Amino acid sequence: MAHEAVIGLECHIQLATRSKMFCECPAEFGASPNSNVCPVCLGLPGALPVVNRAAIDAALQLGLVLGCTIREASVFARKNYFYPDMPKNYQITQYDRPLCEGGALPVRLCETARSFPLIRIHVEEDTGKSFHPERTGDRPVSRVDFNRAGVPLLELVTEPAFRQPEECGAFLAGLRRLARWLKISDGDMEKGHLRCDANVSLRPPGSASLGTKTEIKNLNSIKGVEKGLTAEIARQAAVLDAGGRIEQATLLYDADHDKLAVMRSKEYAHDYRYFPEPDLPQLTVDAAWVEEVRGRLPEPPWTREDRYVDHLGLPAYDAAILCETRERSDYFEAVVGAGTDAKRASNWVMTEVLRHVNARGLSEREAALRLPAKSLAVLIGATESGRITSASAKEVLEEVFEKGGDPEAVIAARGLVARSSPEELLPLVREVLAENPGPVAQFRGGKQATLGFLVGQVMKKSGGRAAPQVVQELLRAELGALR
Amino acid sequence: MSANRWWGRPATTLAACVARGELSAEQAVESGWEAAATWEGDVHAVAHADATVRATAARTAPPGPLRGVPVIVKDNLCTAGDYPTTCGSRILAGYRAPYDATVIRRLRAAGAVLTAKGNMDEFAMGSSTEFSCYGPTRNPYDLTRVPGGSSGGPAAAVAYGLAPLGLGSDTGGSVRQPAAFCGVFGLKPTYGRLSRYGLVAFGSSLDQVGLFARHAGDVALLYSLLAGPDLRDATTRASPPPDVSAWDRGVKGLSFGWPENLWREGVEPEVVAALEAAAASLERAGARRVAFDFLPGTYAVATYYLVATAEASSNLARFDGVRYGPRAPSTDVWSLYVRSRSQGFGPEVKRRILLGTYALSAGYYDAFYLKAQRARTRIRREYQAAFGRCDFMLLPVAPTLAFRLGEKTTDPLAMYLSDIFTIGANLAGIPGLAVPLGLAGSGLPRAVQLVGPEDSEPTLLRAGRALEVRGEVARLGREHETEFPWPMKR
Repeated sequence: MAHEAVIGLECHIQLATRSKMFCECPAEFGASPNSNVCPVCLGLPGALPVVNRAAIDAALQLGLVLGCTIREASVFARKNYFYPDMPKNYQITQYDRPLCEGGALPVRLCETARSFPLIRIHVEEDTGKSFHPERTGDRPVSRVDFNRAGVPLLELVTEPAFRQPEECGAFLAGLRRLARWLKISDGDMEKGHLRCDANVSLRPPGSASLGTKTEIKNLNSIKGVEKGLTAEIARQAAVLDAGGRIEQATLLYDADHDKLAVMRSKEYAHDYRYFPEPDLPQLTVDAAWVEEVRGRLPEPPWTREDRYVDHLGLPAYDAAILCETRERSDYFEAVVGAGTDAKRASNWVMTEVLRHVNARGLSEREAALRLPAKSLAVLIGATESGRITSASAKEVLEEVFEKGGDPEAVIAARGLVARSSPEELLPLVREVLAENPGPVAQFRGGKQATLGFLVGQVMKKSGGRAAPQVVQELLRAELGALR
Repeated sequence: MSANRWWGRPATTLAACVARGELSAEQAVESGWEAAATWEGDVHAVAHADATVRATAARTAPPGPLRGVPVIVKDNLCTAGDYPTTCGSRILAGYRAPYDATVIRRLRAAGAVLTAKGNMDEFAMGSSTEFSCYGPTRNPYDLTRVPGGSSGGPAAAVAYGLAPLGLGSDTGGSVRQPAAFCGVFGLKPTYGRLSRYGLVAFGSSLDQVGLFARHAGDVALLYSLLAGPDLRDATTRASPPPDVSAWDRGVKGLSFGWPENLWREGVEPEVVAALEAAAASLERAGARRVAFDFLPGTYAVATYYLVATAEASSNLARFDGVRYGPRAPSTDVWSLYVRSRSQGFGPEVKRRILLGTYALSAGYYDAFYLKAQRARTRIRREYQAAFGRCDFMLLPVAPTLAFRLGEKTTDPLAMYLSDIFTIGANLAGIPGLAVPLGLAGSGLPRAVQLVGPEDSEPTLLRAGRALEVRGEVARLGREHETEFPWPMKR
């Protein structure tokens, strides 16, 4: 029997604010256990939360760029349940009056522009981290690290708009790119900066009703989301095909073994007893704040991609790669801004610059510091005009990425300006012709391709400095004269 | 009572004498403990004290308006480095807070010396200070009777003279009612005027730190030192608090509401007599009486016991044996929770956690919690409307004078109803002042309550002072009443 999957995602984005959501502790990752804690994030008796405005600002950026409606007066709520890594045994989150509602994330999927609608984005605090069980002597022990407790999170809930696991993967990749683009999160899924749960149900194709859904937690990589959903869709389909019924449940995906395990069934569903957080007044975001945030929003990546295709005439493939990160696309734009042809700039950035970035393990920021866009533009210009050869240009890049320095200075120091005077090159040309009677005879016999070999030999003799155009002309002239 | 010449003196007098070098801060603090030698063994107002700790604190107290003045604070205010903070509960046995509550920080900065932590009903849940893991506190005026609660320890200690000042917390009357039962002033300020940071929460939207003193002027001084915005408490008001320095200005031109319908039945004659005496007194001092009917307190009690318990059920979830407090031996985390909490909490706390959890549960939320919120809005409006007709209202504090130990511990509803006149101010977020009015024929303290609109503390203190000055108060220490050096007379 054919089935159609209906999938909705809940994504958690850990914000890269300096301090936590409700206290002044650093929100950094990787400090020694329980060192970034205070009475507030430890939930000590008497401590009270105070909202971190930087986190709200980040939520506004994301909400506005996704076209959400911003609620002027949103409300924090308590979600009550007991868990040892949650210090207060309730989480401060938002419930019936979240900060952002609606909106959509544009995603390009197999060259097609798609847009996946959202239900809401709200602000909340993260929990600590449990490590269990460990052993102390003969006793199993669990340990809890509260460094992460109280780190700001955005929860983004989509409409059940996905039909394929691949759509979910593309959405998540798009969300990660956007979070990094806005610089609101490091977006590192391995470090838990971006986490994803999915709700999935099956129905007959074309049906408007929804089947019983299950929730899959722990989908913490893009591959994991796709594989976990694929596995669960297959499981549900097998149950339905066998005439069975889907039981509402929460499942855990084990990526290492590609297996799903039931975490809790419906009977054990939590009653979170949400109610408005009495320790916090309602969160007021006035029009001035919204407009101020809107005013400093960067151009979104999908708009840039379109612009590169529509106005700069780049292939969609180039636009997509250039807009993978904001640093890269800013860099590319600066190269173009310095007077370089767009396609040429794209080629250089995508091949030469990215090659060095990858080979040297540089961040794109570091790369831009070693080779500022202006310098790359100069280098491209020099190559285009024939002032240096492309072989020389690569040599310059090598040195600049290795040791740093100004490309012009490297060109001067290494004497890379192309040798193009016939007087200087003619002796080399004659030497090569004299040394290669075989190929010369072949060329004379009508094998034009041999010319390339001879040019190469001259280039070699010149240490890569000879202007290839001039060499070619001289060779043709000499071969003609020899005849 | 004690023959100590410093006993019963206003905080302002003590501070002035310490400042002039007439007595040391240590002597000022120990004078209270001389009184305690007589009283504390019977009354049991103190939960935690330490002679070395307070002597050191006295020696090192910084200069300030309260330099050397001893203060007893309720055991639910976090104090770092001196005493445990246990909320009268086994579940916090031995817990020492790593930080000072904001009001404690302000107290210390003003030079005050924390002389003890006061006994209380566990987690401030109770009206008699009988629900404490340390055993009950008794009323210094009659040891067979309760001091009121939940801040019964500080109230009784201020009454017998351990300290001229005390801090409590008032969620539904927990400062005003014990103040009334023990014959001292008790102020519950406007919600958001005193920081709750470091006050162990019971009902967050109702809790306010409250003040005890034997003299109206001391209440005003203490309020002026503690009130004001706190960046660590998002529910404090950003604006500067009202100026209470004119507390001795009299009540000429003020009007007070007289909602007589509230005490036509169910209120002891001595309480009614106190109200009438106070009204007559205020009129003689130049205030005008405005009679009208007001909302009966039964609605407030029902509303309160839903809102407060709902919030409490969540606030008290953190006491689970995982991070602090005693942990019951167990093999898995769930039994660790269940055993630690079952053994750690007393019966009244358990009752309220169950009630609050129920009120917030799926399927019951709308009928209980949400409906209570609507009722709360309505009650707030009723108060606003009443204050359109008068500057403040005269109300009973409790329907009775101090009741006997054990009288209501087995009847929760009867206990809850003893808050019927105080709960309204918490629901409406407005200030209330319990004013002692001398002793009844039975020898028990009598009192009335003054309730005003938001930020009406200056008015309430003027009226409280007017009743004090008019000689309606016949309590010990009265001979010192004219010694107030604050604010400085021009």
